[in-house]
Amino acid sequence: MAIAREAEPLGSLKEVREAGLDREDLLGVYRNMLMTRGIEERGHILYRQGKIPGSFYTGRGNEAGSVGVATAMGADDVGTPLHRDMGVHIVRGVEPWRIFAQYMGRADGPTKGRDGNVHMADSKLGLIAMVSHLPAMLPVAVGCALAFRIREEKRVAVGWFGEGASARGDCHEAMTLAGVRKLPMVFVCDNNQWAYSTPTHLEFATGHVADRADSYGFEGVVVDGTDVLAVYREASRAIEKARAGGGPTLIESVTLRMEGHAVHDDAFYVPKEMFEKWAENDPIERFRTWLRENADLSDDEEDEISAGIKKALNDGLKRAEESPLPDPSTLTEGVYATPEDLDTPHHK
Amino acid sequence: MAELTYLQAISDGLRTEMRRDKRVFVIGEDVGVYGGAFKVTLGFQEEFGHWRVMDAPLAETAIVGACTGAAMMGLRPVAEMQFADFISCAWDHLVTVAAKQRYRAGTPVPITVRLPSGGGFSGGPFHSQNPESSFAHIPGLKCVCPATPEDAKGLLISAIEDPNPVLYFEHKHLYRRIKGEVPEERYTVPLGKARTHREGSDISLITWGAMVYTAEEAAKQLDDDGVSVEIIDLRTVMPWDKTAVLESARKTSKVLVLHEDTRTGGFGAEIAATVAEEAFEDLDAPVRRIAAPDTPVPFSPPLEKAFIPQVEDVTKGLRELAEY
Repeated sequence: MAIAREAEPLGSLKEVREAGLDREDLLGVYRNMLMTRGIEERGHILYRQGKIPGSFYTGRGNEAGSVGVATAMGADDVGTPLHRDMGVHIVRGVEPWRIFAQYMGRADGPTKGRDGNVHMADSKLGLIAMVSHLPAMLPVAVGCALAFRIREEKRVAVGWFGEGASARGDCHEAMTLAGVRKLPMVFVCDNNQWAYSTPTHLEFATGHVADRADSYGFEGVVVDGTDVLAVYREASRAIEKARAGGGPTLIESVTLRMEGHAVHDDAFYVPKEMFEKWAENDPIERFRTWLRENADLSDDEEDEISAGIKKALNDGLKRAEESPLPDPSTLTEGVYATPEDLDTPHHK
Repeated sequence: MAELTYLQAISDGLRTEMRRDKRVFVIGEDVGVYGGAFKVTLGFQEEFGHWRVMDAPLAETAIVGACTGAAMMGLRPVAEMQFADFISCAWDHLVTVAAKQRYRAGTPVPITVRLPSGGGFSGGPFHSQNPESSFAHIPGLKCVCPATPEDAKGLLISAIEDPNPVLYFEHKHLYRRIKGEVPEERYTVPLGKARTHREGSDISLITWGAMVYTAEEAAKQLDDDGVSVEIIDLRTVMPWDKTAVLESARKTSKVLVLHEDTRTGGFGAEIAATVAEEAFEDLDAPVRRIAAPDTPVPFSPPLEKAFIPQVEDVTKGLRELAEY
């Protein structure tokens, strides 16, 4: 029995305009999706070249989910994106070279080599760095929403998690607190159908993760996570509802993780037909087709966008490779914050 | 100066900071209408309103995790665990997120978690523990264990002001039993600076929290033997005042470390190892530890009495050291 609302797709340019995006915005969304995938594809190459220590994770298949939600966020809103949500960092304005520097453990990456892969964030852009314990950032996001509520600010916090993470207690506790206090919070579940090798029916016994929202006292909505416009519209609705004092929403964005859990994993456990079926719904290809059919995306424009991204990636890689590795003598620095560290716009 | 109980001093410190700094808010189970299980926040909701004195659902991870998020957004949260024992539910958050965020992501997490800790009144295995050593082991966290009302107020204000996650262990057995003069104005007691509770010349007794009073009783008895015991109250176990401990060790040449937490891997082991490493040449006897045995905290009074170090245990240990 379905409890959560099923989101409708957006059809025409007119509908999209009503949802708040003009043509220039749409091209920006397309560019951000391509940049997201481009960075991760380059990351793969870097990994094979032995330039990335440790492991490597991507969000292939999740570009619509991450870019769609982040596009709906306001400048002063904050978020806690996870490892399939590179698009959030891109939309918020993290420069590609810093991401490559992060991948390679360089001194100029957002974590200065203290943490790897997508365990990063630029707090000045309103993002908070994730940890490996996946739903652990949900209570933190709820705390941001709590601060906004206490100070009566019109700001919203967005917390991401996966369908696997939905099994953990942190997720339940965060939704309970956000629900009882009606906080300005949007929960985004990237349901990519596989938590490492575990399928959804072994992670949750309800029809949808979003069905749970009802039990926390707020709305749940299931959206096609390969449709960036539908994701955007649902995220906008949820964010503006939260901003207006309407409390949290749980958005479940359904897609397929198109690669293994990490680079070492060939995902042999995912049926081949499943990959084939979802490949037909590739979020970027799907949006490209829509743009050509509904927004007159021309060959010239496509070429220009692709060339711009290629250049940004090439320049970013070059700059990242010029960044030094961290100096081992800095190992013990910064375990504890000093009072001067609180001299930030956020902490005042 | 007013004479306050240890509990009143904690309330006074919290109230002082909440009146001075509107970024400070309190969240915990039953802290609002009820005033907290031990009444530390009694009357706070009337004064500060229900958004600054928040009754939370029974969800410790959400409480402490939300404090982290609110702190990153500029507030100064003070969480109350109803009992220190329940911090186990928020262990993951504190250790995984709060402790590491500054080091790996550059984001300070200025939160305070109040932890009513310690035994002595048949609280049983889940309402009596002293888990400070577990957290002192985690880089990025600070652990505060006041023994006197004056320190209880000054250390709490320092904890709230500190730009890091601070665990403030308030010993329940001191709440209404211990009274002392407490300045009425705002003041801070620095984290990482020990206090000489009692000067002496023959043995250094290093301790903190409620054990300061057990140490004091034992030291008085040693006076009758003509043995002069110096008591160093660490006040904070992370950071801990190594300098003060080593100075005292070098002065007396004999060291006894006493704590209410269990023995193996307890913070006393760190102190004993440090004294052995850095003051070996100055010692006239092996460093001795007195701690609870490696068992859960038992419920029934004779068992609990046997668990918590008693004055006679400390007296015996001091005498053995004196005779060494």
